[in-house]
Amino acid sequence: MKLQRKYIPLAATVSLFAAMSVFGGVSYTGFFSAQVFLNLLIDNAFLVIVAVGMTFVILSGGIDLSVGSVVALSTIVLAKLVQHLHWDLMVAIPLVLCMGTLFGAFMGWLIQRFRLQPFIVTLAGMFLARGLCYLISIDSISITDEAYTVLAQTRIHLWPEGPMVSISAVLALVVLAAAVFIAHGTQFGRTVYAIGGSEHSAVLMGLPVVHTNVAVYALSGFCAALGGVVFTFYMLSGYGLHAVGLELDAIAAVVIGGTLLSGGVGYVAGTLFGVLTLGIIQTLIMFDGSLSSWWTRIVIGALLFIFCLLQRVFEARRDG
Amino acid sequence: MSTATTPSLLTRVQTHHLLWPVVTLVLILMVNASLNPGFWMLQWRDGHLYGSVIDILNRAAPLMLVSLGMTLVIATRGIDISVGATVAISAAVAALMVGGKLVITDGVAQHISRFPMWLAIVCALLTALACGLWNGVLVAKIGLQPIIATLILMVAGRGVAQLLTDGQIVTVYYPPYFYIGSGYLWGLPFALFIAGFVYLLMHLAVTRTALGLFIQAIGINPAAARVAGVRERLISICVYAFCGLTAGIAGLIISSNVKSADGNNAGNLLELDAILAVTLGGTLLTGGRFSLAGSMIGALIIQTLTSTIYSIGVPPEINLVVKAAVVFVVMLMQSAEFRRAVRGWVVRPAAGSQA
Repeated sequence: MKLQRKYIPLAATVSLFAAMSVFGGVSYTGFFSAQVFLNLLIDNAFLVIVAVGMTFVILSGGIDLSVGSVVALSTIVLAKLVQHLHWDLMVAIPLVLCMGTLFGAFMGWLIQRFRLQPFIVTLAGMFLARGLCYLISIDSISITDEAYTVLAQTRIHLWPEGPMVSISAVLALVVLAAAVFIAHGTQFGRTVYAIGGSEHSAVLMGLPVVHTNVAVYALSGFCAALGGVVFTFYMLSGYGLHAVGLELDAIAAVVIGGTLLSGGVGYVAGTLFGVLTLGIIQTLIMFDGSLSSWWTRIVIGALLFIFCLLQRVFEARRDG
Repeated sequence: MSTATTPSLLTRVQTHHLLWPVVTLVLILMVNASLNPGFWMLQWRDGHLYGSVIDILNRAAPLMLVSLGMTLVIATRGIDISVGATVAISAAVAALMVGGKLVITDGVAQHISRFPMWLAIVCALLTALACGLWNGVLVAKIGLQPIIATLILMVAGRGVAQLLTDGQIVTVYYPPYFYIGSGYLWGLPFALFIAGFVYLLMHLAVTRTALGLFIQAIGINPAAARVAGVRERLISICVYAFCGLTAGIAGLIISSNVKSADGNNAGNLLELDAILAVTLGGTLLTGGRFSLAGSMIGALIIQTLTSTIYSIGVPPEINLVVKAAVVFVVMLMQSAEFRRAVRGWVVRPAAGSQA
């Protein structure tokens, strides 16, 4: 019985996703095809990666508002290195990933060392990263490097003549699998859950709270940078205005995925379904054709509201 | 910064909560004056004062208003990140209802508004109030975390604003409406009077009634305040509703100033500027200590900073980096841990004392 209750938020998200798929399949012809669903993954690969990083931060009881800007910064640094300075991909991409990780670790260090609020530190990080983008280039840099475009446009067929996925989508699934392992199979993951439950208790238990707190933001920074790399595969350009508001989508995906914002409760797998739910809303609106794009935002807001309410009900029942 | 940060100054910082904001503002103004010799020049032109300072004051008015509302929210340990969306909604409602077209009656060209202007303003403000009320109910009644409760409106609000304006930029053709954002009263921008009036009202409410004390009590310890008989939930709801209202007024000023309402961009990133202004003004993000005057000065600092960056010819995008640097400095100054660390670096422990 207890085990079941633990999975209620996750089950709610999965069934919502399933319900929306069925609704789409019944309402629109051509909706129920494997490619439509794989496109969800292809189009939202960067969001999956960023949201996975965000899940860890939220599980630890924090928040990271800088991810959207770090994605933009990564795209522009990568575009600059590859397009203007003709660096090799195998050097440029690891460098960008390192940069994102260090950026996250720096914010984590500030939060941990000086007991600052994650909200305000990552807000400053958001300004900083967005500003750095413009220092590098005000205009959009499109990437025409041959190796890069080939990599970006490669499609892997699941079976001959079957539906296909991009490298980004595969990467997103790899990140997701790694994150599930990290969350449930390592000391780091258990510590993150413990900190989210009660930081004080975690300290008293002798868990490495200091290192974990910094590492959580470093991980989120890494995921954001990787998200940025994937974003360049998707857009083939670097631009300071890329991924504006992505942090909100990521937070929304995590919340809809059933992770409690107070920290300590939630699943990385839920985040995948959170992202897919956001994606399917867009796909439904696109298939409908008569609804304008702003309905996406309104529906996402409404879903956030419903899921927050559910969370409260769930919490109240657990406490009572 | 380096050697001046001795304990004596630090203790003074703690006693004079307005010292640092004022010093920052004066510094930025001095930088401005040294870069631009005509900075302080005021001219009387077309029946009103004209000059860089007046321009800054005029442009700072919406930010001042939003910061004032935000101050009270932050004082109760909350945060409202939906003010930008509220600004967009209120601007959209006002612009749609005022509308305006040129009608020629008896050979006299006349601008006619769609609804009476007062009705449009009241409706826009009521909508904004409703937005704030919604946030307040989510936070105080349902018990969501303030960031998330207001995130809902932040995400959905822009969608609603775009829905209202049908995704278009609604242009207003009704001159009386422009008075709110670009008119002048007694030689000074009218918007400034609105901000000043709201500040005065709030100042009186906070100092002359027990409201300020209640808000402070909630910020310091909500549970204790409730036990002590403060109607914590009601006050929280009112505070969020008021924040929505101030955002609504700011929306009127902004839309009137640019003579249009853009559901997508009106009030973009305003919530971040407002939070920054409130923090700069010495209000603690952890709640409890707040300063309305500080927030007004904080808003002025941000607007002056923006104007400086524009006027000295640096690419405006650098604004963000400067703002980030300012936030980092301010939040480090507010952190007790950091002050302790700095004291450790600057002041050597006395011989024989335990480290």
